[in-house]
Amino acid sequence: MKSKKPSIPYIAWMVVFTMIPIFMIGYTAFTDKNGNFSLEPFSKAFFYTGVFMKSLWIALISTAICLVLAYPLAYIITKMKHSTQNTVIMLMMIPMWMNFLLRIYAWVTLLQDNGPIDMLLSMLGIHATYIGNTGAVVLGMVYEYLPFMVLPIYTVMCKIDGGLIEAAQDLGSNSFAVFKKVIFPLSIPGVISGITMVFVPSASTFLVSQYLGGTDDIMIGDIIDKIFWTDQNTGSAISLILMVFIFVFLIIMNFFGDEEAIA
Amino acid sequence: MEQTTKNTIVSLKDIFVRFDGEVILNHINLDIHEKEFVTILGPSGCGKTTTLRIIGGFVEPESGDVIFDGKRINGTPPNKRNVNTVFQKYSLFPHLNVFDNVAFGLKLKKMPKDEIKKKVTKMLATVDLKGYEKRSVSKLSGGQQQRVAIARAIVCDPDIILLDEPLGALDLKLRKSMQLELKEIQQKTEKTFIYVTHDQEEALTMSDRVVVMNNGVIEQIGTPEDIYNEPVNAFVADFIGEANILNGTMIDDCRIQILGRELECVDKGFGKNTPVDVVIRPEDIEITAPENGQLVGTVEKLTFKGVHYEISVRCGKCEILIHSTKSAEIDSEIGMRVIPFNIQIMNKLLPFYDNVIEAEVTYSNEGENYFEFELECETIKVENKYFPQGARVKITLPPEALSLAGDGIGDLKDVYIESVVYKGEHNEIILESDERKWLMLSDTDEQVATYVPLAFDFSKAVFEVVGNAEEG
Repeated sequence: MKSKKPSIPYIAWMVVFTMIPIFMIGYTAFTDKNGNFSLEPFSKAFFYTGVFMKSLWIALISTAICLVLAYPLAYIITKMKHSTQNTVIMLMMIPMWMNFLLRIYAWVTLLQDNGPIDMLLSMLGIHATYIGNTGAVVLGMVYEYLPFMVLPIYTVMCKIDGGLIEAAQDLGSNSFAVFKKVIFPLSIPGVISGITMVFVPSASTFLVSQYLGGTDDIMIGDIIDKIFWTDQNTGSAISLILMVFIFVFLIIMNFFGDEEAIA
Repeated sequence: MEQTTKNTIVSLKDIFVRFDGEVILNHINLDIHEKEFVTILGPSGCGKTTTLRIIGGFVEPESGDVIFDGKRINGTPPNKRNVNTVFQKYSLFPHLNVFDNVAFGLKLKKMPKDEIKKKVTKMLATVDLKGYEKRSVSKLSGGQQQRVAIARAIVCDPDIILLDEPLGALDLKLRKSMQLELKEIQQKTEKTFIYVTHDQEEALTMSDRVVVMNNGVIEQIGTPEDIYNEPVNAFVADFIGEANILNGTMIDDCRIQILGRELECVDKGFGKNTPVDVVIRPEDIEITAPENGQLVGTVEKLTFKGVHYEISVRCGKCEILIHSTKSAEIDSEIGMRVIPFNIQIMNKLLPFYDNVIEAEVTYSNEGENYFEFELECETIKVENKYFPQGARVKITLPPEALSLAGDGIGDLKDVYIESVVYKGEHNEIILESDERKWLMLSDTDEQVATYVPLAFDFSKAVFEVVGNAEEG
């Protein structure tokens, strides 16, 4: 028999810092300011449907771009010499040691009117505004979350047994077939966890859109951030809806994951 | 026999392979015939897997030719060779079920679906896995995974199937039944099997021919009977089955002296008074009364092994092993007889017994009574002996003057253990340094194919001045 004692502190932690807060959010979402049962917070939350949809859309696009960039990158990294691999991964991690806000400020500086990018492109005769639109928000998010896509895919690809690749070659695969029939299917779990790790925080992110986006690029994270100070009930309701969405998304991802493992 | 009529399907010609400066295959030549079961046998690190990987196309030789069906195929990638491999770790695709694993190669050949289905189903029946099509490979036992790996290779209908220690991970009972099954599959499918193993029993059971390798060279090629009964040297004799390997002297044709006795044998052509290695298999020794024995010894140990007794007899300084259905009393004196046909004479592994070094004294100190010389880029100091600087000295080191440095700092670092053969009294160990070989005696068992530091005991050496460098 295994003793359950060592797990007690973790269970206590979960109860105090996970279960109780979720319960409190749920409770607040279904009550009005006076603490009576009410569906008013939800009806107020539906006022933000547009923002909600836009947030999910931006998150989806950012995730897709991250995937398109990260997958080949991860594959290329696995083909490098072992010491080079470590260096490249390190280089990817270093920006993450910098404060999140600073990195966003950096992008503001880069993209603003008369900023370096504007200046450079002006010299080539291209004039445009690079900040204050959805594109800038997506750019900021991709920059922010790309490592979270690269790392799980890279880790899974690294673990693919070289023997399997040799076996595939032995059975007649050229390098394309090796990739299509062995490397790609076996890297799916990494893709799944990469998508999850990028989509979930992107959907609920805030500040990025405030700094890089325009007025109609405001995301649901920003709404929660703003509204919570004045109306905790509606804030809780929006959070709860977001949670449900993410939960459904995770279930779908898991379903895909299993499907791939069997096929 | 019929071997002369068989076509050669693949031949390796003068293959030389080196990894990181270390020689793995040292100019080997090997012809493999159609439809034969060839086993490449040798201790780990002998180059047998590399040989297989060269045929498979996973390793390119530095020099030498790989000829397949009359065509040189150096540089042809594995997917373009009509050769399939059963890998040591099976390497089954974890994301595919049994059917899709076996069908992998056929799908790449763009075969019609119903034909693939027919072939795979038939193949699975051959390897006794009917009805396992939809199972996940990770849920199969080791033996079942093994059979999927074999099916996956054979179903592609290759000319040659390479098997890299495929039974290594199985337990003894399963291994035995798989050995027979493999042989059966080979005969049924009429394919050429090239099998790599370090298990001599496996090699003898399954093969038409056995290739014994050691330290990057082929020691002997022959039928299992040849290899067992007529080993070419002490290494092969020691590696295949149990054997008494003794130092002997060939007095004349058909006259051999071992353990101080002169016996009759059937081998000729070794010259007169030539030191040789002698092999006598333990089952070939007959126990007699002491007065009737060619050799006489005292029984030291007796173990019942089921079919026979294993008897260890002390004969002078030597230990002799006998397998006999007759028992013997411990501490009793017995006689031993061997018929001439069963005394196998072999050339020594090394052409010398004493290790001779010829070197120039690079530094010497008369007061402190020592000198130094250089050997394979290392400076070696000889205490309690003085020769003037520049003198050429011939140093004769008997095998007992060599030892493996226990402190890890020897006179020569990283010397390769090429073979360890028990000669009844000591282990005779052959070592290889950068430029030459050495013979050493040891009472402990050393691990073949490892690197060790070697130390010299110059108090046992004989010195002789052969000249002076300045004189020319």
